Amino acid sequence: MSKLKKMFEAGQFVVTGEVGPPKSADGEVVRHHAAMLNEYVDGVNLTDNQTAIVRLSSIAAAVHVLQTGGEPVMQMTCRDRNRIGIQSDLLGAYSLGVKNVLCLSGDHQSFGNHGTSKNVFDIDSIQLIQTVKNMRDERQFLCGEEIKDHEPRFFIGCVANPFADPFEWRVLRLEKKINAGAEFVQTQCILDMERFELFMAKVRERGLHEKAYIMAGLMPLKSWRAAAYMQKNVAGMLVADELIERMKKAANPKEEGVKICVEQIKHIRQIPGVKGVHIMAVNWEEIVPAIAEQAGLLPRPQLV
Amino acid sequence: MIVAEQKPLVEIAERIKEANKVLIVGCSMCVTVCLAGGEKEVGVLAAALRLLRAQTGRSLETVEYTATRQCDQEYLEAMAKIVTPDIDLIISMACGVGVQYVAERFDQWTIPALNTKLIGGTLEHGVWEERCGLCGDCVLHKTGGICPIIRCSKSILNGPCGGSQNGKCEISPTTPCAWQLIYDKMAKLGKLEALLTIEPVKDWSKARDGGPRRVVKEDVAL
Repeated sequence: MSKLKKMFEAGQFVVTGEVGPPKSADGEVVRHHAAMLNEYVDGVNLTDNQTAIVRLSSIAAAVHVLQTGGEPVMQMTCRDRNRIGIQSDLLGAYSLGVKNVLCLSGDHQSFGNHGTSKNVFDIDSIQLIQTVKNMRDERQFLCGEEIKDHEPRFFIGCVANPFADPFEWRVLRLEKKINAGAEFVQTQCILDMERFELFMAKVRERGLHEKAYIMAGLMPLKSWRAAAYMQKNVAGMLVADELIERMKKAANPKEEGVKICVEQIKHIRQIPGVKGVHIMAVNWEEIVPAIAEQAGLLPRPQLV
Repeated sequence: MIVAEQKPLVEIAERIKEANKVLIVGCSMCVTVCLAGGEKEVGVLAAALRLLRAQTGRSLETVEYTATRQCDQEYLEAMAKIVTPDIDLIISMACGVGVQYVAERFDQWTIPALNTKLIGGTLEHGVWEERCGLCGDCVLHKTGGICPIIRCSKSILNGPCGGSQNGKCEISPTTPCAWQLIYDKMAKLGKLEALLTIEPVKDWSKARDGGPRRVVKEDVAL
């Protein structure tokens, strides 16, 4: 059974990290980052060709994480494979010991390094969640055919973006994902706490916090420019002006970024319904232990 | 209608460089409306190709014709008399369908002058936008009359994805998010509730799935 699921069920405030697989066949770098994180987090996300840039596959990366003794959360998008490829990869990943899957639409291919490629989007993220659930609970492929034995029994995750529009629909769309079978949720990184709190209030109104484990997404900032860039250029992102100002004024921006992240975690722990944090420090994995330490998240509980 | 646009002139000129006499065939249907391949564009293309050819010191003879509809054998018969053996090559200014019909009917090498872009409508004078994804199983009754298949950059059936902001799609600040439009319209219709239903996976076998689709209307088929 998924260790992540056990942690949630044990009532722990769960912490996950993230590793972006390399643009090469270097498995060592994944193992290196995983080994760095394992002691400080309960799971490690492996992104699936994020921003549509070709990278080592999330399945293979998840296996590298397993080899270090870590708990992989394999991301799977709908951009690059049809329902045949998706179900085949789910079987393959589970056969290799991967127990957690995070279902997403995937960034449009025009963002990446193969802008002339053809996207797939045979099924969407909500249909993907449904597919993973049906394979597990109904032992059925999408076509209705029975999975006779060894059905994949994934712990199913989804994402939610409280910062995209239409805002009023965001909570209802999360509800659709949960109804489809999502058991845990990771949000887009929070750089506008006010909006996130508004989102959580609506989540509680619909009782969704009782139906799935909601994890707040966080990203430690390195510079005010990174924050300003995201505010201006990343679709579906909201960045509070105060945050940019604070980073601008900081004598040591990186330290300030960590400080902000730690404050956010402490604040988030007080928000009813939030069951964990997902720290996205891609290309800055080594900072996660310090954040976890300062936020009082250590030592991570060991499950027997 | 089908919306097309002309290929770069030099590209067409390069393709016909061996020919001495070409027939340029327009079409009076969709490509006339979208100002890409009607009678007027046939004349302009013929003149431009002759001028370009003249710069090389050789001459080019052009014959102009505009069919009522290139996607109908009946109308191609009407032009058979002008497709004389001395015509080296036919340039079709129709959509891809018309090009194929002409190529099928006549022995001459037939080349396209247009790129067939989309099925859509006019936004403003000189601007056309895609409106139908030809999925073969229309869902517009569920989405407030806005097509998620072609207007959503990811063809999402349970949208919008997390890349929708200020009414725009993540792919460009000038592309409206189809699901924002769907949401607004359904809200206005008082039918938001319907969007809470999970739309099941689509049967893409009714769309382009390899091999030409065919529509048969039994009562009129011979």
